[in-house]
Amino acid sequence: MVKILMKGNEAIGAAAIKAGCKFFFGYPITPQNELPEFMSRELPKINGVFVQAESEISAINMVYGAAGAGFRVMTSSSSPGLALKQEGISYIAGAELPCVIVNISRGGPGLGGIQPSQADYYMCTRGGGNGDYRHIVYAPATLQEAVDLTIEAFDVADYYRNPVMILGDGMIGQMMEPVEFREPKKRELPLKCWATDGTEGKRNPNIISSLFLDPAELEKHNFKLDKKYKDMEENEVRYEMYMVEDAEIVIIAYGTTSRITRNVVDALRNENIKVGLIRPITIWPFPNKAFKEISSSTKAILTVEMSMGQMIDDVKIANEGRLPVHFYGRAGGMIPTPDAIIGKVREIMGGDK
Amino acid sequence: MTVVFQRTKGLTDKQFHYCPGCTHGVIHRLVGEVLEELNIVGKSIGVAPVGCSVLAYDYFNCDMHEAAHGRAPAVATGIKRTRPDNVVFTYQGDGDLASIGTAEIVHAAHRSEKFTTIFVNNAIYGMTGGQMAPTTLIGQKSTTSPEGRDLITTGMPLRVAEMMATIEGAVFVERVSVHNVPHIRKAKKAIKKAFEVQLAGIGFGIVEILSTCPTNWGMTPVDSLKWLEQNMIPYYPLGNFRTPEEVR
Repeated sequence: MVKILMKGNEAIGAAAIKAGCKFFFGYPITPQNELPEFMSRELPKINGVFVQAESEISAINMVYGAAGAGFRVMTSSSSPGLALKQEGISYIAGAELPCVIVNISRGGPGLGGIQPSQADYYMCTRGGGNGDYRHIVYAPATLQEAVDLTIEAFDVADYYRNPVMILGDGMIGQMMEPVEFREPKKRELPLKCWATDGTEGKRNPNIISSLFLDPAELEKHNFKLDKKYKDMEENEVRYEMYMVEDAEIVIIAYGTTSRITRNVVDALRNENIKVGLIRPITIWPFPNKAFKEISSSTKAILTVEMSMGQMIDDVKIANEGRLPVHFYGRAGGMIPTPDAIIGKVREIMGGDK
Repeated sequence: MTVVFQRTKGLTDKQFHYCPGCTHGVIHRLVGEVLEELNIVGKSIGVAPVGCSVLAYDYFNCDMHEAAHGRAPAVATGIKRTRPDNVVFTYQGDGDLASIGTAEIVHAAHRSEKFTTIFVNNAIYGMTGGQMAPTTLIGQKSTTSPEGRDLITTGMPLRVAEMMATIEGAVFVERVSVHNVPHIRKAKKAIKKAFEVQLAGIGFGIVEILSTCPTNWGMTPVDSLKWLEQNMIPYYPLGNFRTPEEVR
């Protein structure tokens, strides 16, 4: 198959179209602008629709309407914009509608900056909106993976009737790599008989809502949603193990940081220093089970993030207090260098001795 | 026996939850009748708001989509842009449309989205217990303007129909009232026209309907109707602000 050199944001857009997404609602924010720009060019060619909303809040609510109408639909944003979308994401999860949301994240808090960051981990994995809800968060490390996961995300969203998020950072969004558009593994998908497409007098009205005034009914709904989230935790966890079998130190990193860390593992292995990498591909559900595969040779865990330490909480939960958990992070759009991570590993090893 | 009057097919059999004397029931009925008369019940998709009419989705006999507070025009945009052949309408109160949702309604109108908005203005937040709305009249008491709304700290009441009429994309704008039978008839005509504008694919239409809230105004239903006529209409003048040539 032909590989095409593409920018990350555009590759994700092309993947969405490949997955059958004909509708995109967005609002400009750096560093994700090439994605809505791509959609504004490409969607009209396939009788799709691009709307530049007046705000992120409006964009996600347009997604809510289009998803309710039964279509594959996507929006994208970057950190401060995603914060605004959280209200709508909660409603979409509450009303059990499928959609794909892309967050090409940048440094914060507040207006922050425009450089790559992983400081949206809490917002994306905990659900920044109100109420008990969850959604799968894919964190691709390469553009090929971003393409594959975006295509699959639409199926996963339809399968569970739930929003699915692609979390990249400014690096994933802005860099260029060769990608190919492969046929995804297809799932058996339920019919969208719940969609608001007009009764035509042939059925009772469909109502899309997340309102349950009776607390007993709402609790029932919460139990139903929770069962779905448990199914996701059971079936949708993805991660990659790299040289973990005999590792003395296991590094945990996702997305851009995992690419740097992989080089660190290779460099240290060349020096016969036994280091391995666990790379969560889904950061929710978090790959707790990967930590069960850590061998008795492992002495310590090192979490590396482009944040002040957010994933470290999940790492500690997954580790269940068995091994010491160390942290190395950069923030504000600063990217960890391999040398700095190597320095941290040496520091931990020195401390262990 | 000849049936001379019956429930419209545009509404379900569900009993309204509205307070005694509240005119939401009348307005629901008018919208339902229009959907039936235009034969569009089966192709309509309504968007319900947050506020007293939050349960509107139980009453209209068509597909319905609940929206977050103020976001109905964005949700309706998502529906209409994906389903241009369906008829889409939002039903919104003044807290919903004139306060938290001003951006959504202004920009839906600005883009001239081809759906219809039924805007119910009762000059107060009803569902949350009678707080001041952007549409509350100067001097009108509410739970958050206990001494009466004052101009200096809260500004003048927002005239939505006039504001919408300044937006090119709002191709049909009319303000009506439901305080007596002749006006109820006029209100129905305006609602019908707004839907006809959508069916003709011309652009965005909005009908502002002056409505009562006996419970939060602290009045009897009859006094509420009088209060609306004597206080609201002078500030919110009735009439058509814009109608496209095609449906005149």
